[in-house]
Amino acid sequence: MNFDFTEEQVMLRDSVARFIQDDYSFDTRQGIAASETGMSAELWRTFAELGWLSVPFAEEHGGFGGSAVDVMVVMEQLGKGLVLEPYLATVLLFGGLLQKGGSAELQANYIPKIIDGSCLGAFAYLERQSRFELADVATTATAQDGGYRLNGEKVVVFNGANADHLIVSARSSGEQSDEHGISLFLLPADAAGIEKKTYRLMDGQLVANLVLKDVKVAATDLVGELDQGLALIEAVVVEANMALAAEALGIMEQLNAKTLEYTKTRKQFNVAIGSFQALQHRMVDTFMAYEQTKSLLYRAVCALTDEKEDAATAVHALKVMLDRAGKLVYGEAIQLHGGMGLTDELDIGHFAKRLMMINTTFGNGDYHQAKFNALRYS
Amino acid sequence: MDTSFTPEELAFRDEVRTFLSESYDAELQARLASGDPKVYKQAVIDWQKRLHEKGWIAPNWPVEYGGTGWDATRQFIYDSERAAAGVRDVVPFGLKMVGPVIYTFGTQEQKDRFLPSILASDEWWCQGYSEPGSGSDLASLKTRAVLDGDEYVVTGAKIWTTYAQFADWIFCLVRTSNEGKKQQGISFLLIDMKSPGIKVNPIVSIDNHHSLNEVEFNEVRVPVANRIGEQDKGWTYAKALLAHERTSIAGVADTKRNLAQVRDFAKREVNAGKSLLAEPGFQARMSDIEIELMALEFTELRVLAAVASGGAPGAESSLLKIKGTELQQAVQSLAMEVAAYYQGVLPNDLSAEELGHDFGSKARQSFMYGRAATVYGGSNEIQKNIIAKAVLGL
Repeated sequence: MNFDFTEEQVMLRDSVARFIQDDYSFDTRQGIAASETGMSAELWRTFAELGWLSVPFAEEHGGFGGSAVDVMVVMEQLGKGLVLEPYLATVLLFGGLLQKGGSAELQANYIPKIIDGSCLGAFAYLERQSRFELADVATTATAQDGGYRLNGEKVVVFNGANADHLIVSARSSGEQSDEHGISLFLLPADAAGIEKKTYRLMDGQLVANLVLKDVKVAATDLVGELDQGLALIEAVVVEANMALAAEALGIMEQLNAKTLEYTKTRKQFNVAIGSFQALQHRMVDTFMAYEQTKSLLYRAVCALTDEKEDAATAVHALKVMLDRAGKLVYGEAIQLHGGMGLTDELDIGHFAKRLMMINTTFGNGDYHQAKFNALRYS
Repeated sequence: MDTSFTPEELAFRDEVRTFLSESYDAELQARLASGDPKVYKQAVIDWQKRLHEKGWIAPNWPVEYGGTGWDATRQFIYDSERAAAGVRDVVPFGLKMVGPVIYTFGTQEQKDRFLPSILASDEWWCQGYSEPGSGSDLASLKTRAVLDGDEYVVTGAKIWTTYAQFADWIFCLVRTSNEGKKQQGISFLLIDMKSPGIKVNPIVSIDNHHSLNEVEFNEVRVPVANRIGEQDKGWTYAKALLAHERTSIAGVADTKRNLAQVRDFAKREVNAGKSLLAEPGFQARMSDIEIELMALEFTELRVLAAVASGGAPGAESSLLKIKGTELQQAVQSLAMEVAAYYQGVLPNDLSAEELGHDFGSKARQSFMYGRAATVYGGSNEIQKNIIAKAVLGL
């Protein structure tokens, strides 16, 4: 048993860390957030050149053939830099669905383009009424002329503003919340019949709501089996939750480090406020919250990598822990920075906002706790 | 012990309800919700003028200065009804902060000059307490006022000054002496914001909004006649004010209303075909808050009753401030949970209709700005120090 990273993983981690340090300062990040596209096409090319976009893909498509640990290593560093570029949306969601469920033809057509940076993807899964239930899909897919017609609405599509291709979940049979009857379709983002409204979220990402009206897709653009899409979505979302937790861990580390540093330098009553025991104990609590979250992240990653049966339980546990620990960490970071923590100028609030969005993505703590309870106690 | 209302009090409650529903009309509410600062400011002033005409602008002031003369019960009824109706509280800086200081410690000339315009909302006040280097350790403030004939010359900077950009006047704590304890060399000045040498620098806060500012003073000349009470005794006056401020920060009535609103949102929100409000986990989260709030409502009543029978709010106001702000944040946090993905929505891009969601953006703004409540008015850590010292004798 060991918790060491391989030499390759250390190199990967250091490569992302070096990039964040040298080329992705907070000011740079804020400049990108304020730009029209909310991401940097130039830096995305750099990601491709450095090989990061290839990490989870199979070697036969030019991928790195990485494991959950490799993805974790990258995401943790991206979290530290509050990176806005759509790694989750393009590589892990859009790419993940293709890798796990796409036909050989779709994989051959798209995965190399994801890897070389020329394809930006998005996964349109959420609907206004669906909240955290992945099976709650009202968008319909009707068989017609040897292909399908899609009708419905998708909301808060990550990278929906910039993606050139989408994978959309739609109901090809059954009732709105049935587990059976969900299918996934790949289509160009500018396909006829798609109306797009883009907007920004508090964490800086540019997302989109999509209205689909009689959008045509070919039968060959079905991702996975017809009506069997939910299992594929769930398999990708479990890994995405793990990846998001790694990003969150990077954020928590930054918040704790910055807060600790601030309390060592900020003086009130003629001493550094970090000398007050009441504050010291709270920083010990946030430190422990970070370590516990890291442990559950490792546990979830090991369960995933070894394909253990309790992987789902471990990921639910991780999301619950992350929710509680995240709130503690960003809450204390803002509070201990006092008035400064409330300014838009300082990075603390921006780390907090990203952590908040991560916590609600693919289910908040309460949602995962209910799932955990159902698995363990019923 | 009896907390039931008399027939007269019930009649008063009905009168409050009727007045608020008629006067806080849709046109006014639309202007208050405006993103245009000028429209917003004028709407606030218009609403306060309506309250003034009704004679209800200053429930906490003595009758002789233009207050209502309400007892604790009537003050409680008024505030509960106000909050339940979703009616905003008055801007505190003039009416709840400097007004009481002026009528308690000011000269007759100061009372005549300032109190009428505070009551009529003809002059907007802001508060100059915190400084970049003096937050929790307020008494370490360094903005200095040097006597020159019958004027003080003020130089320094104040920070976190809410709505300084709207203000006609600022009440300031300034250092007039470096002798003795740091609390002893502080004076309380009323400064005209139009004075040469004042510069207001905006600070955008984490709710993406501009309400906070830094106010710079560069050799600003202030008549000695604008000093409250004695020179170097300002800390005493400021402390009296802080207790009032803390009591009003608790905001129990508004939190009750906000919790009721979250409950309505949760009822509408559906997860797996079931109302979120019907989820046992959510119910437990909600009732944890509601139970604390039920207790705090009575704690506040106990403090109000004690104040009404002659006491000044003391260390109890620290308890109200801590618990009140914790509960405000708990409710704001719950609203974010209900909003789920939509908690991230910013106000500018899409309308609620286009977005398909109507409370995420508001929840986000309240939650983000709400983080300030445990910092301002003396951080909650400082309040705990006060209770430890003043109540527990530690």
